[in-house]
Amino acid sequence: MPVQVKINGIKMSAEPQETVLQVARRSGVHIPTLCHLESVESTGACRVCLVEMKLGGKTQLTTSCNAGVEDGMEIMTDTPEVQKHRAANLEMMLGRAPGSQKIRALAREYGVYESAYVPSEDPAIPGCILCELCVRVCEALGHSALAAVSRGGKKYIGTPHDKPSESCVGCGACAEKCPTRCIEMTDTKKTRTIWGQTFDFVSCETCGAPVMTVRQRTHAVETKELPEDYYTTCVACKQKNLAGRFARVGS
Amino acid sequence: MARLQSTQQLRQLKERIVAEKPADRRAIAVCAGTGCKAFGSFELVEAFRAELEKQGLDKEVELRPTGCHGFCERGPLVLLFPEGRLYQRVKTDDVPEIVEKTIKGGEVIERLLYEEPGTGKKFEKEEDIPFYKHQHRLVLRSNGLINPSSIEDYIAIGGYEALGRAFEMGPDAVLGEVKGANLRGRGGGGFPAGTKWELCKKQPGDLKYIICNADEGDPGAFMDRSIVEGNPHAVIEGMVIGAFTMGAREGYVYIRQEYPLALERLNKALDEARQRGLLGEDILGSGFGFDIKVNRGGGAFVCGEESALIRSIEGRRGVPRRRPPYPAQKGLWGKPTNINNVETWATVPLIVAKGAKWFTGIGTEKSKGTKIFSLVGKVNNTGLVEIPMGMSLREIVYDIGGGIPGGKKFKAVQTGGPSGGCLPASKLDLSVDFDTLIAEGAMMGSGGMIVMDESTCMVDLAKYFVQFLRSESCGNCTSCRDGLDWMHSLLQQVCAGEGTMELLDQIEQIAETVRVSSLCALGSTAANPVLSTIKHFRDEYEAHVEQGRCPAKVCKSLITYTIDADKCTGCLVCAKRCPESTIEGEKKKPHRIIQDGCIKCGVCLDVCKFDAVHVE
Ligand SMILES: Cc1cc2nc3c(=O)[nH]c(=O)nc-3n(C[C@H](O)[C@H](O)[C@H](O)COP(=O)(O)O)c2cc1C
Ligand code: SF4
Ligand code: SF4
Repeated sequence: MPVQVKINGIKMSAEPQETVLQVARRSGVHIPTLCHLESVESTGACRVCLVEMKLGGKTQLTTSCNAGVEDGMEIMTDTPEVQKHRAANLEMMLGRAPGSQKIRALAREYGVYESAYVPSEDPAIPGCILCELCVRVCEALGHSALAAVSRGGKKYIGTPHDKPSESCVGCGACAEKCPTRCIEMTDTKKTRTIWGQTFDFVSCETCGAPVMTVRQRTHAVETKELPEDYYTTCVACKQKNLAGRFARVGS
Repeated sequence: MARLQSTQQLRQLKERIVAEKPADRRAIAVCAGTGCKAFGSFELVEAFRAELEKQGLDKEVELRPTGCHGFCERGPLVLLFPEGRLYQRVKTDDVPEIVEKTIKGGEVIERLLYEEPGTGKKFEKEEDIPFYKHQHRLVLRSNGLINPSSIEDYIAIGGYEALGRAFEMGPDAVLGEVKGANLRGRGGGGFPAGTKWELCKKQPGDLKYIICNADEGDPGAFMDRSIVEGNPHAVIEGMVIGAFTMGAREGYVYIRQEYPLALERLNKALDEARQRGLLGEDILGSGFGFDIKVNRGGGAFVCGEESALIRSIEGRRGVPRRRPPYPAQKGLWGKPTNINNVETWATVPLIVAKGAKWFTGIGTEKSKGTKIFSLVGKVNNTGLVEIPMGMSLREIVYDIGGGIPGGKKFKAVQTGGPSGGCLPASKLDLSVDFDTLIAEGAMMGSGGMIVMDESTCMVDLAKYFVQFLRSESCGNCTSCRDGLDWMHSLLQQVCAGEGTMELLDQIEQIAETVRVSSLCALGSTAANPVLSTIKHFRDEYEAHVEQGRCPAKVCKSLITYTIDADKCTGCLVCAKRCPESTIEGEKKKPHRIIQDGCIKCGVCLDVCKFDAVHVE
């Protein structure tokens, strides 16, 4: 049964399994996020998607990414209180990732230009805001090569025992989805280096560009039961081939 | 050990045990809790055993190792029945004399009695000692009466009768009783247990779980440990009643790794309960089956938070998740789960046995029953105390705790564990109950109570708690992890006398963000120690920042040790003991501290017999 909620005063009907963020976004209300991705579990780590929530006579701040809608909820997405605490959290993250353009730009929207916060522990990965999006992405892809270690300010992200992980296939999804782009990944024409390992690329039969890593292909072949020669051409060449075929069909 | 097939058989067994061990029988109860064990109480038990055998009294006099009696400060404690006489700080050397004079001769050994500090008054009976007299012991009472490793002892004092009664009443009536009693959770939040039980009870499906939270991560707290060590069957009985009420078939006790004695006694109790048919299939012939597994916690403070605890049982990282969904809706392995604290569970059999009406007769309008606190810090009588809700802080600190030692002045009391708040002398008459404490920026928490005197620096104290919480934050939320780290470094600046008054505003602002924008209660309460000390002891913060002065003379950057040349006799003691060898001077001539080398450890102050070392 759908539930009735109000977002910034506007009545909305929502499915009970939807989150506040989902309902807001599909109704065109903007809420900033850094560590959220639709395809992975939301943990409410970065805290910038804070909104004000009124329910049962109580008003409080909550992260919208992991808050399920409930009947009668009234959500305000941009009150002074929301702005103030988004700004404070952004200032802390800017202290961790002063070089991140994404965070700097978002912080600026909230009037934060520089951060007075300096983390007391030296970070294992400079620029990491410890949101664990990489961990969640890797887990969702079925690799689970990464984990958060330790608590408090000593927390860091790494591979088990800080050794090259056998589960890592070098797909690079972690680096790509990282909001601060702090995961080091170096590609050459033939290899990719990430998390302390170097992976060989499968090269495109047509153009020679990297298709994916060899270990990534092995994993895909095993889990998706596809023939090994399924992954022989890169996406660009595949599209070109396809386009060529359409052209022939059309003529 | 024969299985009990019915409540009838349980009653018969009780009658048999009581007939064999009448209440007026001679018994020596030796506290064998972790606290007294550290003082050698296990050796004491053995010494009594040997002596009783030697004197041929081992049949006549029962020797009973028990759980914690609470007055840990005075351990090892020996309680002599039937008189209820208490001997304190007993050593193995005292044993022959006790058996000879007191057990055989009925004579009191004055030297072993408790003597009130200040007045010098001696007390013979436990119940007359102020520390005990002002308490209201419901849950802890049995600790002195039974051997926790004997299910017969528990049955003899009416144990498992409440369970029998629950089976007769049926789940709905039991729930009604727990709701009627308005039993609020003793683990910190004070949420009504009945409401939680009801929510769990009405969830569909027959796979549900019950959890007992025995993680007890508050540093210095040992209420739950003492209950599990002293009366494990009360916890088990409470859980079986809960399981029957909510329809759960399996339960867990999540117990802190560092509690080996509690674990041992719990396992023994679970075994005996199973053998007696009080756990497992067809309990007391009712057709209802339920069993309990034990899970050892990893030791992180945050794993005591219910959603983190559940993840930890599932073998995952102990990190809290947003609620709702509450455990009652979606808990262990995704199934409806009810989680309560040790003390909450141990209170349940009392309520079912004596009724909600009896229970609501104790306490205040909204906080019923009693609460156990571990009273520590600068009070004469430290230990475990159980008080009726609504007692004033003053009564706890002065009547039970016996006031502040060494003629010093009371400064503050901190309630609620590391994220509790500090209350000053002007709040001493506050009623200790869930809502009053919250309203004052403190909280009940799970029952930590630390008393501070004038030698405590409130800024240093706030910094200490922030430091603890900063390293115990699970690290998920930016606000909690980084906010606490930031607050900590700003508090370090205050303690170093740096910065301006703006520093205080900045700390308060960050504290607010930590409070309102963190996911779990660790974050949302973490600012309490800072906010409450800024509120009640602002002048002390100001002294640090504005005058570069630490009024309690604690913050090292702001104090200097000097030697008064007029008082110094040149005895050389301080110079020899100074770890940095930074005190110079010849024999019989005044000494001098070379400030550059001084690390402000205070050793010279402690060792000088002539009161010549000053700290400013
Ligand atoms: C950081 C943190 C630590 C906690 N530690 C404990 C604990 O050690 N023992 C406990 O019973 N409850 C603890 N709690 C409270 C639990 O989350 C939960 O509310 C409680 O076990 C419920 O039982 P109750 O209703 O009987 O109190 C903690 C909560 C937080 C936020
Ligand atoms: S590169 Fe390795 S660690 Fe990163 S997402 Fe892919 S498998 Fe996981
Ligand atoms: S508030 Fe702190 S302890 Fe709680 S989930 Fe967030 S980071 Fe973890």
